[in-house]
Formats: sequence, structure tokens, C-alpha cells
Amino acid sequence: MKFIDEYQDRKLAQRLARKIAQRSTKTIRLMEFCGGHTHAVLRYGIRQLVPKTIEMRSGPGCPVCVTATVDLDKAIALAHLPGVIVTTFGDMIRVPGSYSSLQKAKAEGADVRIVYSTIDAVEIARANPGRSVIFIGIGFETTAPTIAASVLRAKQEKIQNFYVLSLNKLTPPVMKALLDSGEVKIDGIVCPGHVSVIIGSHPYEFIPRDYGVACAISGFEPLDILLCVDKLVEQIERGEPKVEIAYSRGVKPEGNKRARQLMDDVFEVGEAIWRGIGIVPQSGLKIRGRYKQFDADRAFSVNLKPPKEPKGCRCGDVIRGVATPPECKLFRKVCTPESPVGPCMVSSEGACAAYYQYGATEDLQDF
Amino acid sequence: MCLAVPVKIVSIDGDEAETEIAGVRRRVSIVFTPEAKVGDYVLLHTGYAIGVIDEAEAEETLKLLEEMASLSEVH
Repeated sequence: MKFIDEYQDRKLAQRLARKIAQRSTKTIRLMEFCGGHTHAVLRYGIRQLVPKTIEMRSGPGCPVCVTATVDLDKAIALAHLPGVIVTTFGDMIRVPGSYSSLQKAKAEGADVRIVYSTIDAVEIARANPGRSVIFIGIGFETTAPTIAASVLRAKQEKIQNFYVLSLNKLTPPVMKALLDSGEVKIDGIVCPGHVSVIIGSHPYEFIPRDYGVACAISGFEPLDILLCVDKLVEQIERGEPKVEIAYSRGVKPEGNKRARQLMDDVFEVGEAIWRGIGIVPQSGLKIRGRYKQFDADRAFSVNLKPPKEPKGCRCGDVIRGVATPPECKLFRKVCTPESPVGPCMVSSEGACAAYYQYGATEDLQDF
Repeated sequence: MCLAVPVKIVSIDGDEAETEIAGVRRRVSIVFTPEAKVGDYVLLHTGYAIGVIDEAEAEETLKLLEEMASLSEVH
């Protein structure tokens, strides 16, 4: 497929890796923010390709994983309300909350439907005028505009029974929170490619400026990631951290202004709770007052028991990059994709799921 | 979640476009990419085109990758 296959050339990847090895003299740790990058790094054996002095550490870029247990509990409680249809992206359905999951709620009779797009959720609302259709709005800046578009569409088409539970989160503020905590030393960040299609490269500029950490925005094919690593190594070796775009076919410095306009129209920035991190100021998106009729938080109230975290699960540490999945005692033994304890093993972007699927690979896979 | 794939626009109808990838056709929203034209490739994320792929930049990156890789042969 065009724009994919040509960035998967194995021979070129090996030559690029050699070039990186020749340039790299320091022992460094890079964090790939995005769960999609973690999966690509493991799937294509990037860790085996780059020198052993370059550590690739997974970060918090998995929307399902960072959704707080209390918010999951709320989504499950909403699903049990009479007359409600909960619509959600597929990854969310199996994530265990404190006492249940959306999947269990569905088995108990709640109407929970997986959708591919927010467009589908609006269509379900249109087709079920007597029911309240709630979309569980998770995602980063890549997805938030699509959720905003669904609210605008519902308003424009006078669909009165569509609601969004906005759990959207923003990436630069949580990067700041991680860097401020100082828990894990990071020399460079592989910045998220599709988040950056929307926000551009400017919102990361505080990172090299205030923290001296290198940044490069990466695509998701193996050559994209190696190009990004090369740029990060170059910045670190020179001692000149900055923000570079290593995914220029998709990302412009200014991002996608139209998408951001729609997002800003519907949402305002507020605090958000992140699993494993806690409350991060200015890192969440709430529905603005002028669209309050679509806000599930305002329209419905549910009683929640105090949240409880799964015992022994180190998902929070994995999200912060403090631990790798194999460092969790439950990993592979108790916690597997068939019987996940925490969300990092459930989501297709979760670091634990990636390590489980590809972690044993010692050699570069064919790609 | 942040997955997006390049698809080719085959026709446009208002805010929507018919796209194609590997023989599979799909109708997508182009509300975020009003500049998209027939023949362009867009990044498709959950039913929406979130950006138009810059073909010149794509070529440029491939050239750069080749050049960088050839540098590693010199040593």
C-alpha cells in the first residue's frame, strides 16, 4: 500500500540502524509516548536493530490505559441506566473497572455497542429516538476533533438524544507532568505522529527549552521510527535539543487548524484524572456550556462506589514509564490478553499487550 | 486509538468522500480537510480524514533515508 510499503524496507532499515550505531556514543533512554509506536517498535524489532546503548521506553500514549478507574466505573454505571445505549470504541469494552466492565454490563442486559466512528454513534441516536445514546469519549488530540464533530452534527441535525461522556486528554500537559515528576530520566521523546497531525510541532517546544529533552515527531512504519531515532540521537550527541518533524508527509508545524477550531468550539480545557498519574491540570477536555445538552456528565447522575484498583497491577507504573511490563509480577502469569487484569493488557495500544505479543521476539521480524 | 491509515480519495460529495485502500472502498468525512482533492491521499482515523498526505514530502523523506543509509556504507 502506498505510503506504507516503501517505509518498511528491511535492508534500508538495517543500513539506517548501522548509521545510528556509528553516530551514537552515549547511553540514552528514549520514550515513545504513543502506544502505536510501542507496538511498532516491538513488532518490527527496532529494539534489536538499534545499539544496546539506546533504550526505548513506553510512555502514557494509550487512551484506554490512561482512563481512570473512576471514569470507567461511571461509564459502566451509565450503561445500566434505563433507556440508555452506551456506544464506545472496541478497546474499552473489556477493560475491568472496580467491580465490572462494559462487557459484563452488556452480558447483564445493558445495551453497549461498539462503534468504529463517532459518526456511527450519532446514527444510532438518530435510529433510536426514544433512547439516550451516550458515546464514551476517550482519546487524545487525534480523536477529540472527531468527537467534537459528532456533537456539532447532532446539534445541526437536531438530534436531542445524543450525549458524550468526555474523557478526552491532551498530550503535552502530561508530558510536562512526567518530566516534572523526574521519576524516570528521559533523554529524548518520540512524539506521537497522529496527535501531531492535529496539534503540529509547536506545542512540544517547551520540552527542549525548559527540560533540555530532545523531541522528534515520528510516523508508524519502521523506517519512520528509525529516522526519528536518528534525529533524536543527533540532537543528543550535539547537545542541541529541539523539536523536529520526522513524519513530514503527515505533520505540518502548524498542525490541522480546521480540526483544532472545531475542537475548541466544542471543548474547553480543564483538569483530567490519568491512571497511574493522578490529576493533571489543563490536560482534559470538557464540553463547553453552549453544548451542555450533549454533555453526559450534566445530563445524567450516577452513584458510584469508591473505586478500587486491581491488586498487584503495575499498569500505572508502566504508563509513567517507571516500569516495563515484564517487571510486573502479574505479567504473562496472571495477566494475559485472554484474562487481562489491567487496561495495558487489554488495549491494542497497551504496552503490556505489545510486550506479550512481541516481547519474546529476539530477531528482527520480516517486514 | 490514534491509528490512521493512508487512503486515496476517489470522489467527493460535500463534506464526505469516497476513499479506496487496497481495493476496499469507504465513505469518510472530510470535514477537517476541506482542501482535499480527488486523487489525494488522506490519513483516515475513525471515519474522518485528519490530514492530507504531502506527496512531495513523502518523496523527500524516502530520498533522505536512502542518502542516510548510504552514509553508513562509507565507513
